Amino acid sequence: MTDLTKKDQANGPLIVEGKHADNERLKAESNYLRGTIVDDLKDNVTGGFTADNFQLIRTHGMYQQDDRDIRNERAKQKLEPLHNVMLRARMPGGIITPTQWLGIDKFAREKTSYGSIRITTRQTFQFHGVLKPNIKLMHQTLNHYGIDSIATAGDVNRNVLCTTNPVESELHQEAYEWAKKISEHLLPKTRAYAEIWLDGEKIEGGTETGEVEPILGPNYLPRKFKTTVVIPPHNDVDVHANDLNFIAIAKDGKLIGFNVLVGGGLAMTHGDKSTYPRRADDFGFVELAKTLDVASAVVTTQRDWGNRVNRKNAKTKYTLDRVGVDVFKAEVEQRAGITFAESRPYKFTSRGDRIGWTEGFDGKHHLALFIENGRLLDKPNLPLKTGVAEIAKIHKGDFRMTANQNLIVAGVASEDKAEIERLARAHGLMADSVSVQRKNSMACVSFPTCPLAMAEAERYLPGLVTDVEAILAKYNVADESIILRVTGCPNGCARAMLAEIGLVGKGPGKYNMHLGGNVAGTRVPKMYKENLSEQDILDEMDALVARWSTERTSNEGFGDFVIRVGIVDEVKVSKRDFHD
Amino acid sequence: MSTEPQKLNQTMLDTNQLASFQQSINDLSPLQLAWASGYLAAKAENVTNVTAPAVIASAVPATLTILYGSQTGNAKGVAKNLAAQASAEGLNVELKSMGEIKPKAIKNITHLLIVASTNGEGEAPDDAIALHEFLSSKKAPRLDHLYYSVLALGDTSYELYCQTGKDFDLNLEKLGAKRIAPRLDCDVDYDEAANTWSTTVITEVKALLSSEIAASNVVALASVDNIEELYTKQKPYTAELLLSQKITGRDSAKDVRHVEIDLGESGLTYQAGDALGVWFENSVALVDELITELGFDDQEKVTVGDEKITLGEALKTKFEITQTSIQFVNFWAEKSQATNLLNILDDKSAMREYAANHQVVDVVKSSPLPNEVKLNAEEFINALRKITPRLYSIASSQSEVEEEVHLTVGLVQYHTEDASREGGASGFLANGIDEGGEVKVFVEHNNNFRLPADNETPIIMIGPGTGVAPFRAFLQEREATEAAGDNWLFFGNQTFTQDFLYQVEWQNYLKSGLLTKIDLAFSRDQVEKIYVQDRLLENADEVFAWLERGAHIYVCGDMSRMAKDVEAALLTIIATKGKLSQEQASDYLKDLRNAKRYQKDVY
Repeated sequence: MTDLTKKDQANGPLIVEGKHADNERLKAESNYLRGTIVDDLKDNVTGGFTADNFQLIRTHGMYQQDDRDIRNERAKQKLEPLHNVMLRARMPGGIITPTQWLGIDKFAREKTSYGSIRITTRQTFQFHGVLKPNIKLMHQTLNHYGIDSIATAGDVNRNVLCTTNPVESELHQEAYEWAKKISEHLLPKTRAYAEIWLDGEKIEGGTETGEVEPILGPNYLPRKFKTTVVIPPHNDVDVHANDLNFIAIAKDGKLIGFNVLVGGGLAMTHGDKSTYPRRADDFGFVELAKTLDVASAVVTTQRDWGNRVNRKNAKTKYTLDRVGVDVFKAEVEQRAGITFAESRPYKFTSRGDRIGWTEGFDGKHHLALFIENGRLLDKPNLPLKTGVAEIAKIHKGDFRMTANQNLIVAGVASEDKAEIERLARAHGLMADSVSVQRKNSMACVSFPTCPLAMAEAERYLPGLVTDVEAILAKYNVADESIILRVTGCPNGCARAMLAEIGLVGKGPGKYNMHLGGNVAGTRVPKMYKENLSEQDILDEMDALVARWSTERTSNEGFGDFVIRVGIVDEVKVSKRDFHD
Repeated sequence: MSTEPQKLNQTMLDTNQLASFQQSINDLSPLQLAWASGYLAAKAENVTNVTAPAVIASAVPATLTILYGSQTGNAKGVAKNLAAQASAEGLNVELKSMGEIKPKAIKNITHLLIVASTNGEGEAPDDAIALHEFLSSKKAPRLDHLYYSVLALGDTSYELYCQTGKDFDLNLEKLGAKRIAPRLDCDVDYDEAANTWSTTVITEVKALLSSEIAASNVVALASVDNIEELYTKQKPYTAELLLSQKITGRDSAKDVRHVEIDLGESGLTYQAGDALGVWFENSVALVDELITELGFDDQEKVTVGDEKITLGEALKTKFEITQTSIQFVNFWAEKSQATNLLNILDDKSAMREYAANHQVVDVVKSSPLPNEVKLNAEEFINALRKITPRLYSIASSQSEVEEEVHLTVGLVQYHTEDASREGGASGFLANGIDEGGEVKVFVEHNNNFRLPADNETPIIMIGPGTGVAPFRAFLQEREATEAAGDNWLFFGNQTFTQDFLYQVEWQNYLKSGLLTKIDLAFSRDQVEKIYVQDRLLENADEVFAWLERGAHIYVCGDMSRMAKDVEAALLTIIATKGKLSQEQASDYLKDLRNAKRYQKDVY
């Protein structure tokens, strides 16, 4: 079901020649992701990492950040920026046990500047504001609880997502096991992580010792790579934001194989029309037994053909558009030793989490908690983080972080429901007043910690949603909702490029407004207006909602409406339609 | 040999001899008599090459020697004024730091005025240690020929008030020297008393030396360094404050300012290691609070010295109200009869602590006067100390900043039961004047804190907290002069993220290679407290190796704890790495000090 007709396909070269980007050099020289990170850890004159290590720590799951709110202030104080790291854990499928949760809760409280746990769109948690002297302790603490952060960032396959469908318990369990297997299969094999952070036994040298990366290669991937396992009809993981997607196909409640979707991705660069958000292409169906072979084949094809000259065009989606979907697919088939069968039918109907209680086929109960922005922090009169910890102390099942930044208390026995709910309510984790609109709104972290942030997102969203709620109420559609996502830069962590209304940070207080995504997350929204101020955004939304509320057909979603009446054109083929 | 004095009226001379001898000495001044006694003693020992005129010229030079022992520059300042006054009176003056003479050379001095300060618990200042020890040791010679007097600087809030000065006074007396005028013990506001004493003592010396002065019309003004300076403590330069920038992070427990002052056209010069004297004004709010509390009228005229000014002006510019003297506490205890004050009157350390933690207004507020007790404004201000300028180690080199001078000022802040208080000068620099405002300053030279003359010599700098200030000056200077010597900085403070003073500058110096090494001790970043002395001990091998290859070692900052702990660490390093006994290690360090390779700027 590729969107590209033969005419649109550029039969470009399989390999882009030219001078490689500097990141290629640093990966090659990194001695399998070690660099001189160990030396930097000993350097107590700066809280930061130097030169290549600044990038290399990403492959160990960390980003160097600083408190951007006070960067100028500190420059005047002759102090360096308040360097710290953000850690993103590797939690395939987002499942975490109560014991693990209590471990990370304690670390976040005692050893991070912000004292929070941030659940993110990568279906995992992040620590924000960890100072250099605490980094090793952090990894060792995680290791103690059976958690790592290998390859959750950088040019590698990152945390593997999996639909958090707790209802179809058995199917979910199978899908989850595959997510774990795929994650482990595609992990870097270097022992750098264990050596540096866990004081693991040191293995001398690089390749001579036989330390090779059979899948990722010594230079790793050209760019970040994201993988999901999804159980239709729920598209909570947003397959079109990911390079490689395994769509679970079940027969009689048992998993039999996957439809494979390749080449989704949302990141772009402002002002660079060679970059665009793009949906994934369907390669066809593959049996379970060949899952890992296909995963390797897609990753190695992208490894070999991805653009290592221009990082802005290095992701799988651009490789597909350059060499042609058919060429890429044929290579994958050859490498995996398979032929894709025709895709099995499936349909996505929703993306949001079902907030509140649900009952699974196995009779267990699941409570999905809406966590605004995924931020678990104790605020005055709103001890959210403590609340989850209190639940963890008595909970006998597990927790599931969702790709929508929410948290599910999963596997609750009937007799424990009341106490879990009591704790959730007592700590502000369950509030009946949260609107549908709020539940369908999402923002990335952005300021003050994200170094890429161009405009506010997490701190902007709550107030924006309140204003949007008022607009919906004004036009008597308060029970309706619009998938609204705000992202602080065009990199797109909040997946605004699959929203009905997507706001992309352009500069302080300025956003580009995109319209026309759909509820299922299968359409990329098109730019409607550029450089809007917060007030402009509200004015535009007021006008748009006014029209939608009166002119829509019954139950017509906002995204479908704006395309039908011609407010924006539909993006069918991103390469062709997104910028025109 | 016996030096037992012989009485002239004993029968060793016959009557004629005696009469003629007495006649010949009748007109002699005490000084000449003193010389004559030596001459005769020499004669008695058959020192045949002594000829009278030559002896008069050399053994009785009409020279007044002024020696100072100074830690922070106050004693040196008094000594300089004294030297200037004496020169103006036509005396031949030699002004020196005690560190600049060999202790044994004291026996060559005939007329000596000593100005000595005392550190914390009665210790001698660094430059005075050697002479101080020598005079109380068995090696000390008889000094019967010596005329002297001592001015001692101290702080009455300490147990051993003016101890160093007292020691010099008593030891010289024991060694047979004659006191020209009684010793003067000065508290922190010493200016007036010191001036009076100077006048008295110079008059006495002049009388002693009068006969010599006629013979010698050479007035050795040139030997007194810097007294020609244009701007002084008494006559400061009114400079412009360019910048008062907080350089601790927003979550720091401390407020440390980087202060930049423009010396403009003053022509004031300083060297790395010098200090800047800063006159300050008390905050108007604090003055108002005090006047309101006392029920005075701020417009009331009071007499201060020769002038009549308003009480408000007097309290703002003339008197210390941010530092409370023990005398004031005494005064207030008597006036108020408050039991909390009366109870601690006899306990010096309790008094000191109370005075240190209560500004004048807090004393007044916490122990109000009973209604029947009357107090007038003049009586009140007379119980206060005169305001004195504060000295700050200069944090810049003129090779780098030219007509500017930079300081690193820790804002003194503390909380009493119901108010928060600031230090006088630090509060003035941090919050009392706006950028562009006026500040009266003078340069206080400190020859006891100088970079090595040889640019190749390695240096170790130990400066936690604001003690790092002069080392910023040192590095600027060494960069400007392209000095090749290695530079090693030990810095410490509470936390890495908030209190790493001048962090970015040290990072750049490390990158450029100017700073060879830096070792950091952030006391509150881990469970156990870590200080610079711990870092020294961790680096014992290398510290000792640096010392062995001639490194100079500098310590700046807190005197009462840090400098002592650092010295103990150095002694440990020298003893263990040099395989020396405690005593030998102590001698090793003493030698470093005497060679000016171990210098301290502590306060």
